[in-house]
Amino acid sequence: MFQWLTEPISYAFMQRSLLASLMVGILCAVIGCYVVLRGMAFMGDALAHAILPGVAIAYLLHGNLLLGGLIAAVIVALGIGFFSRQGELKEDTAIGILFAAALALGVALISTIRTYATDLTHILFGNILGVSPSDLWLTAGLGGAVMVTIILLYKEFLVISFDPVLAATLRLPAELLRNLLLVLLALTVVVSLKTVGVGLVTAMLVTPGATAYLLTRRLPAMMAVAAAIGAFSGLAGMYLSFYANIASGAAIVLTASGIFVLVFILAPRRGVLWQFIRRN
Amino acid sequence: MTIEDARLELENVTVAYNGRPALQEVTFQVPHGAQVAVVGANGAGKSTLFKALVGLLPVRGGRILIHGQPLGSHHDCVAYVPQREDVEWRFPVTVEDVVMMGRFRRQGWLKRPSLQDRAAVASSLAQMGIASLAKRSIGELSGGQQQRAFLARALAQEPHILLMDEPFTGVDIATQEATLDLLVQLKTQQVTIMISTHDLNLAARHFDLVLLLHRRVVAFGAPAEVLTAQALSEAFGGQVLVLENGAVVVDDCCNPEDEV
Repeated sequence: MFQWLTEPISYAFMQRSLLASLMVGILCAVIGCYVVLRGMAFMGDALAHAILPGVAIAYLLHGNLLLGGLIAAVIVALGIGFFSRQGELKEDTAIGILFAAALALGVALISTIRTYATDLTHILFGNILGVSPSDLWLTAGLGGAVMVTIILLYKEFLVISFDPVLAATLRLPAELLRNLLLVLLALTVVVSLKTVGVGLVTAMLVTPGATAYLLTRRLPAMMAVAAAIGAFSGLAGMYLSFYANIASGAAIVLTASGIFVLVFILAPRRGVLWQFIRRN
Repeated sequence: MTIEDARLELENVTVAYNGRPALQEVTFQVPHGAQVAVVGANGAGKSTLFKALVGLLPVRGGRILIHGQPLGSHHDCVAYVPQREDVEWRFPVTVEDVVMMGRFRRQGWLKRPSLQDRAAVASSLAQMGIASLAKRSIGELSGGQQQRAFLARALAQEPHILLMDEPFTGVDIATQEATLDLLVQLKTQQVTIMISTHDLNLAARHFDLVLLLHRRVVAFGAPAEVLTAQALSEAFGGQVLVLENGAVVVDDCCNPEDEV
């Protein structure tokens, strides 16, 4: 058993991928609590796809891919806020338009590259085994900044999410805070790019948070439980990927989804089984 | 009443709701610590007035002064308890967490609750008789209990002005009693109160001042001066029936959905 656990760690690339999936698992899970509670899952998905043109442009210019993705995600995040703020469009309509447009632009740009298929696969589904030491530093730096912001602005994000009327009464800059939350979400999505890829990041944002929601009654506890589930899914998924020889992003997401299904059935009070027993 | 000790002044205030003017040229002054009942038919602009006072609706004309300063220069001296809380009921917060939110502006950015904040939350919960519910999820409470939780939050804010929109409509007797007790207690603490209500008897019996609204100020003053047959027919239109012995019947069949 011990050897089973230590063998992957003997490879430097596995050390880096384990560390990356651990950090991404925790980061996605914590900000994912707001994604779940504020109903921003579609937004998270849109941001993930919005990265594509940024990454493609960076690739064509031989620039930093993550930086390209980051710029694109922030532009789209603020763009969605801008289009829906006017009140002409509902937010999900604005998201749908920008998300599809960004995805199309990304595919168009990437299709001009010769190694089109491989590159697109890496972006869509991650390439965690290719995590470089500098990627790791970037993940730690950006992820740390996102976590610190969420902790420091806990009260403010709580009020704008729970009770916008109180936020207005207390004269909090709600619009600014809402945009800041979108930027934090964009940073998280970019950081997760190498680990789970554009296609699966929504699962890492939503699944641990939704699981923790079923198990807790207060937001700090929900965040802590979600972080634990995210961290466990990241690590367990990497081992699953190593031994079962399956794509790592998929393995991580499947682990988190498996935990969700178990909790959905077995959770005390809110689980399906519990409610079935109470009814009979 | 001099202008100096008026805590709340409105001068020619016009407020629009969904593009249409809902309040026009509203002018009145509420002295420090007064308790005001805001009375009017559905759509008379009672809720609009409160929303303008807390900055939820923009003021199109005129000005609102609190302690002689324009609206917005104070962050938390006005507390507002809406008719129906438009909150995320499924949010993972306890009653205690909700009440603590009233203290957030006092704590300031980036700060954690102090012992003083916790004491204020505990005493607000006790005052509204829901101390035993502190650890319950907000979504598990009954309607009346929820309203008391939001009143406790308004108290924890330690406001100078407290606005309550229809706190006596659609709640249980215990909550009505708790709200009336609260009025008596806040009187001693010199908190200025404005409550909107359909209930003319309640307005006449428990309040110093009555503001009769019908998209503008119909009358403002002591209940006996304001609640006259003439002023009421002006405010309520065809809904008022004046009987021969001087009694007034107001048919204000309530459809809260119409309320703006």
